[in-house]
Amino acid sequence: MLRSLFRLITKAQSNQASLNTTVHNTSDIDVINNFAKIAEQWWNPEKEHWLLHCLVPVRMQLIRDCLAPVGKNTSKIQALAGLKVLDVGCGGGLLSEPMARLGAKVTGIDPDSAGISVAIDHALNMGLNIDYQIAAPENLVEKDQYFDAVIASEVIEHVSAKSLFLNALASLLKPGGIIIITTINRTFRSYIQAIVGAEYILRWIPPGTHRWNNFLTPSELTAMLKTISFDVNPALGFIFKPIEKTFTISTNLQMNYALIARKKINHELKEPKINSRERFFLTT
Amino acid sequence: MDITIVGAGLSGLTLALALAKAGLPSLLVDKINPYEALASKNDIRTTAISLSSRRLFTVLDVWQKIADSAYPIYDILVSEAGSSSTLHYDYRTIGSEPMGHIVNNSTLKESLLTQLENHSSFVSFVDNRSVIALEIKKEQVLLTLEGGKVIASKLVIAADGRNSRVRTLAEIRYTTLDYHQSAIVDTIQHSKRHHNVAYERFLPGGPLALLPLQENHSAMVWSERNAVAEKIANLDDEFFSLALKERLGDSRGILKSIGPRAVYPLAITIAQSGISKRLALIGDSFHCLHPIAGQGFNISVRDIAVIAEVIVDAARLGLDIGSIPVLEKYQRNRRIDIMSMGAATDLLTRLFSNDFIPLKRIRCFGLSAMNHIKPLKNITMLHAMGIISTLPRLLNGKEL
Repeated sequence: MLRSLFRLITKAQSNQASLNTTVHNTSDIDVINNFAKIAEQWWNPEKEHWLLHCLVPVRMQLIRDCLAPVGKNTSKIQALAGLKVLDVGCGGGLLSEPMARLGAKVTGIDPDSAGISVAIDHALNMGLNIDYQIAAPENLVEKDQYFDAVIASEVIEHVSAKSLFLNALASLLKPGGIIIITTINRTFRSYIQAIVGAEYILRWIPPGTHRWNNFLTPSELTAMLKTISFDVNPALGFIFKPIEKTFTISTNLQMNYALIARKKINHELKEPKINSRERFFLTT
Repeated sequence: MDITIVGAGLSGLTLALALAKAGLPSLLVDKINPYEALASKNDIRTTAISLSSRRLFTVLDVWQKIADSAYPIYDILVSEAGSSSTLHYDYRTIGSEPMGHIVNNSTLKESLLTQLENHSSFVSFVDNRSVIALEIKKEQVLLTLEGGKVIASKLVIAADGRNSRVRTLAEIRYTTLDYHQSAIVDTIQHSKRHHNVAYERFLPGGPLALLPLQENHSAMVWSERNAVAEKIANLDDEFFSLALKERLGDSRGILKSIGPRAVYPLAITIAQSGISKRLALIGDSFHCLHPIAGQGFNISVRDIAVIAEVIVDAARLGLDIGSIPVLEKYQRNRRIDIMSMGAATDLLTRLFSNDFIPLKRIRCFGLSAMNHIKPLKNITMLHAMGIISTLPRLLNGKEL
C-alpha cells in the first residue's frame, strides 16, 4: 500500500514537475518521459494509479456538495449543470470525466501531452465532451478565460512556485468563484511514507528532489489563499479504508486533505507573504 | 444507452423501476413481451414477500396497489414428522408487523408494469428478441440480439433467470448442488381456517410448506425425492388429498387440491462471481436457491436494492457506472448474504431430508432449543424477515 501511495505521489509529482517546466522553463524532459511511459495506464484502476482511482469518489463527493448549490442543477444526476469548471493537472481526466457527466462544462489542462492524448481518447469513447488542452494555468490567463470553479487536485504539492501558481488560478476564477485544492499534508506520517517510498521513487525521478519539503500544511495553504483575497473554509481530511478501498471525509488532516475557498467579490491580486517562502524553491 | 437489463421478469422490472424513480433511464430486453406474458394468465405462482422487500415495494409505489390482495403471515410454525417438538415464530415478539406476505406473481408484475408506465420516459423495452452475443470492451458492452440489432451500453444487468444466457456468454461459471428433489406446487382448500399461520413440516422426503392465502386456502410447496414427487403429482385429486392429509395430520381439516399442480426440480445454483467487466448478475441468474427457507425472491430483492443504490450513488457522483470499483461494491455487499443463505439452505436440506437417528436427535434438540433461546430465535426471525445487518436504503423504506 505504501508503495502505491507513493506511486500516487510520484504521479502527481511527475505531472507537476512537468508543469514547472512551463512555469519556470526549467525543462525536465526525463520526468515527462517517465510519466508518459505510464500514461496509458491512467484508466486502469488496477495499475499504477489505483490509489488515485480510490480517491475519485470522495473528491467528487466534495466537489459536488460544494459546487451543486452554486449552479442551476436540474436533478441529482446533473448536479453541476451549467457550471464552467477548470481541472488543473487533469492527467488522464479522472476528475474531468465525472464532472462532465454531472453536467459541468469542463476544461482540463495538463502540460503532459501523453496524458492529454489519453484523456482525449477516453472521453471520446465515453461520449463525453471535454475541452482538453496541453497547457499551464498562466497560458489560460493570457487567453482571458474565466471559470465558476477551479479544481487543483493532488497538484500543488509538486509545484515549486506555489504563489505564482495560486495567483494564476485566482485570476482564472470569476469573482465569487470557488477553488478546491486537495493535497498531502507535511506531517511525520507523510514523511515516513516519503522515506519508505524514496528508494522506489529514486528509480524514477532525478535524485536530490525532496518532495516532502514541498508539501504544504493546511494552515500554510490557508494563509496563502487568504493573502490573495480568498475566504477559506476549515480543511477537511481524507482517510483511507484499505478493506473497502475507499477514502472517507474526516477531521483527521494527517495525510490527504482538501481546502475549499471562495474568491472575494472585490478581489485584487497580491503577492502572498509567506514566512518560509524559500521552501517553495527547494526542489528547483 | 447507459444501462441495459436483460430479462423483464419480476427482478428486471423491479430494478428498472427503482432506477427510473431515481431518474436513471434503462432499456429492458426480453424474448417475451411482459404484457403478453401477463395477459396469458398462466402464471399461478405465488411469492413470499418479507418485511424488508415490502418496504422496497412501498417506496416504489408498487405495494399500495397490491396490499389488498396480499395475504399476511403472522406466525410461522415449524414441526417435524415423528417428533413432538415444534418451533413457533410469533411476530409479536419482535414488532407489530406481519412476518411477511404471500402475493400472486401476476399481481405483483401487473403493479410493476403500471408503475413503469408512469415513468415511461425512463424505461424502454425491446421484446421478442433474445441475446445471441456479448462483447465486453473497455468503455462499453455490445449486446447482439436475434435479428442482428446491436445495443451498446455502459453496463449490462443480467436478470434472465436460472439458465441465464448472459451469464453463459460472459463465461461466468457457476456451481450447482442437485438434491435429486422436486417441489410439487399446488393450491389447497381446507375446511379449517389457517389464521394466517405459515406451516412448515420437515418430512423424510423433504419439507412441506403451506403458506396462507385467502381464509381457507393455502399455497403448498411439497418437496420430495424426484421419483416420488413425480408419482405424487400424478395422483388424482382425491388420492393426492389423502397423501397430503397423511403427512399433515388433522391441523387443517378436510383438504382439497384445487390446482393447477406443477413440479419443479430443486437445486441450488450460485454463480462464482456476481460481476464481470461492465456486467452484473441479479436474481436467479446470480443465485437460485431451493425454496426450503422461502427466501428465493427476497434474496433477489436484496440484490436489486443494493445494485440500484450502488448505481444511483455512482451516477450522482458522475462515476462510470460500469467500472469495476463501482461493481465491486455490489459484489462485496452481496457475497456474504448469498453464501450464507446458500449454506443455510444446503444445511437445512441435508439436515432435514434424512432419517439417520442421531441427526434426528440433533434436530429435535435444535428445534426445542431454538424455541427457548429468545435471542437466537429472534435473530433467525429477523433474518427470515430480511431485516438484519446494514441495509440498503430501499430495504429500510427510504428513497434512493
